[in-house]
Amino acid sequence: MRHLTRRDALALGAGATAFAIVVESVPAFAAPKEAADEIAKFSGGKALEPGKITIDLPEIAENGNTVPLSIIVDYPMNAEKYVSDILVVADGNPRPGLATFHLTPMSGRAEAATRIRLAATQNIIVVAKTSDGKFLTDQKQVKVTIGGCGG
Amino acid sequence: MADKPRIKLPKDAKTGEIIQIKTLISHVMETGLRKDASGNVIPRKIINKFTCEFNGKPVFSADIEAAVAANPYLQFAAKVEESGTFKFTWIDDDGTVTTAEEKITVA
Repeated sequence: MRHLTRRDALALGAGATAFAIVVESVPAFAAPKEAADEIAKFSGGKALEPGKITIDLPEIAENGNTVPLSIIVDYPMNAEKYVSDILVVADGNPRPGLATFHLTPMSGRAEAATRIRLAATQNIIVVAKTSDGKFLTDQKQVKVTIGGCGG
Repeated sequence: MADKPRIKLPKDAKTGEIIQIKTLISHVMETGLRKDASGNVIPRKIINKFTCEFNGKPVFSADIEAAVAANPYLQFAAKVEESGTFKFTWIDDDGTVTTAEEKITVA
């Protein structure tokens, strides 16, 4: 093996650094694909209709440890027609699932609110399943200043 | 888990009124992703399920993941047609079940 010149050594170093960055950033976070898988599991692969959902999230979350999230689905809530389940996923957290809400006509209004943890800037995707077999969806991006997943 | 869960809902309502319910329970919601000072993973311990029933009928429930913030807060709505009791249940990963009840007068 020939001796490394200074130039080779530098090039190697740069390559190794670039590699390290890629390796570090990939495994910790769920790819958008995992979020998509989660949604496909929920909807059984059915087509999603965009709209009818209002997602209330701050545009910029300074602290990813607790981010207020509120969801309202514009849909009737009576015995014949109601929103039965609401799936919430994030595409940039270590795991895509956030929560699944189960509603009944006794809920009166298709709404739910909670506080969530976000590791980084990412999209929050909401899918609402209705009793008549529709899947409504919408998503919203949140910019996160300080991630909230510890580690 | 020593703390009593906090629940906010009106004491009385009109028949058919849609009321808002807010609940909060003190809980660390340990994700199972964090490591302690010596590098060992801190095991997951979260509230994974919440349910709300009114007079024994389901109103609202939630499957909760580790991405829900500590001291999980949940807000939802309920339509009340009669006086009765709301029953709230929180289920921990370790099997601990915490329950609470609130009465409402509907006229």
